[in-house]
Amino acid sequence: MKKHITIIGATSAIATSVAKRYIQENPHHHLTLISRSLPKLETLKADLSIRGGLHIDIDTQLTPKEPIDVLLIATGTIDDQDVQDCIDVNFTHIAVQLQKLIPFFEKQQHGSIAVIGSVAGDRGRQSNYVYGSAKAGLERYLEGLRHHFAPHKVHVLCIKPGFVDTPMTASFKKGLLWATPDTIAKGILKAIQKKKSTVYLPGFWKGIMFIIKNIPEAIFHKTKL
Amino acid sequence: MWSSWGRPYNIETPLKSFDLTRPITSQFLAIGNRRSYGDSCLITHGQGYDMLHHNHFLEFNPQTGLLKAQAGILFSEILTLCVPKGWFLPVTPGTKWVTLGGAIANDIHGKNHHQVGTIGNFIPRFGLWRPDTGEITCSPTQETDLFRATIGGLGLTGIITWAEIQLIPIQSAHLNVEWLQFSGIDAFLELTKDSQNYPYTVAWLDCSHKTKGNATARGVFIRGTHAVETQNIASLRLIPHTEKSKTIPLDMPSQLLNPLTVSLFNTLYYHKQITAKKQLLQHYDPFFYPLDHLNNWNKLYGKNGFYQYQCVIPFKDGKKHLQEMLNLIANSGFASSLSVLKTFGSIPSPGLLSFPQEGITLCLDFANRGDKTHTLFIQLDAIVLAAKGRLYPAKDATMSPETFKTCYPNWKEFSRYKHPQITSDFWERVTQ
Repeated sequence: MKKHITIIGATSAIATSVAKRYIQENPHHHLTLISRSLPKLETLKADLSIRGGLHIDIDTQLTPKEPIDVLLIATGTIDDQDVQDCIDVNFTHIAVQLQKLIPFFEKQQHGSIAVIGSVAGDRGRQSNYVYGSAKAGLERYLEGLRHHFAPHKVHVLCIKPGFVDTPMTASFKKGLLWATPDTIAKGILKAIQKKKSTVYLPGFWKGIMFIIKNIPEAIFHKTKL
Repeated sequence: MWSSWGRPYNIETPLKSFDLTRPITSQFLAIGNRRSYGDSCLITHGQGYDMLHHNHFLEFNPQTGLLKAQAGILFSEILTLCVPKGWFLPVTPGTKWVTLGGAIANDIHGKNHHQVGTIGNFIPRFGLWRPDTGEITCSPTQETDLFRATIGGLGLTGIITWAEIQLIPIQSAHLNVEWLQFSGIDAFLELTKDSQNYPYTVAWLDCSHKTKGNATARGVFIRGTHAVETQNIASLRLIPHTEKSKTIPLDMPSQLLNPLTVSLFNTLYYHKQITAKKQLLQHYDPFFYPLDHLNNWNKLYGKNGFYQYQCVIPFKDGKKHLQEMLNLIANSGFASSLSVLKTFGSIPSPGLLSFPQEGITLCLDFANRGDKTHTLFIQLDAIVLAAKGRLYPAKDATMSPETFKTCYPNWKEFSRYKHPQITSDFWERVTQ
């Protein structure tokens, strides 16, 4: 079935992989790609067209005209040097934007809203609690939005990836727990299709975060997590 | 912490993702998928820029097979795109997980060198970013000096940002393949001669087998041609590879690949075909990329890593020098776990520092046993130099500055085009 997929933050590595997977699934899907950088969007559009995509639109901001079957929001930053910016990008901007879209989705009475959160939101840790708290706030926001949309048949998904090998994490030491953007993208498509509420990607992070969440504070404070 | 495929040592300074919107100040080097074995893709004194996310297709003409892509695109992705449309890589190394930029920077060769030469012959144009000039276009008619220096230039002339590659037409994703057992260098050379019309030839060699102190040079000669439409149904299909591969979770004990296990493996490999000659129809994935099946096979060698040693020696007295090298290895107590023999044809390589030249190329894998391995390499280097051959920088981690300068007399001319802000551990080692 032909779908209209809108991606905000489309030039990020995970979003790009999601776009590639949708094109692979059906070249006739209509993709609307939103990002701040028009040159990067043009490069991405050329790439997706070569991969077979037949209907790709690009823009620097979202002005929804036709029904959206899937809205993916993939904006975010791991950089917490600027605390205000980190919270704005990872939480405030997304919440403000989604609030404005509520009437649109209420009216169309269908669709999936998928937003990239993080496992870092599961427990406050000394290493990245600014980022983590913004992502935690985002998850609570999405939980409320899901509740709000329950009578409107609009699906809300919070995606919680673990370590992903992207430009954002180029400087990190990579190991066994790391996944490629394509692995995450595959999981995102599946979670959207199954209308899940939250999904850990790859799935093993559910177990890891269960343990991390349940370590008693006295012991937790002795770790450097 | 990161390294190359052979993991000779680790680099502590984290990689940064390549992004021209951020200023580049220090010494630097563009880093692809790090499938080079030695230190040509490593930088200790400076910043490595990871090119892997600079990987978009830019233009593709399905009528002519001309593809333009950003340099960080992997060959595996090019295959996924072009095979269903009836196109194939004109030259490919033994793994599909190399970047386009890396392939150009090493002017890579494949099993079809005897017919088509190196990949540089299939690159009509590329973009090269240099700190002082920004991005410039290089081709056989534009910036010709930089074109010649950048092909095989180990990333030292600038950052290759995009490239055009001329693909070749295929009718099937499969190849008609023949495996022929042989024993002795003469038999290998004879088979090579008989197989000039086959686009792909290579020989797998059992380096551990010897009689009375002499290496027997027994092996399996493999030759193949792209299957054509008229054959059977299976060969008709233009289905690309799948991304399925197995992962080794941890480093294996470094003694896993010892002379005993290696010789056992080699004997089994030699005898895996019951008859002296076997014909089969094989998909391009197992034919060109048998080791990709195990996506991190370098971990088989354990934490100490391993070396790949690849040289080419001219045909003149080639047999004598090759026998000398094989005898040295067979009697050294070091087992080369995987050895490959192939001949290079007479088509000149386009790059100033390109490795391939006409002759016989021998490629060996050795577990890293420290000084003992280095001593063996010094002895092998001496034979290569006496034979007027050369070593492959993409594989090398040990050759001396003297050896490099003898192998590559063009190095002085090359250093005029090398950018002063770009360096690699290889370059610092061989030009000190």
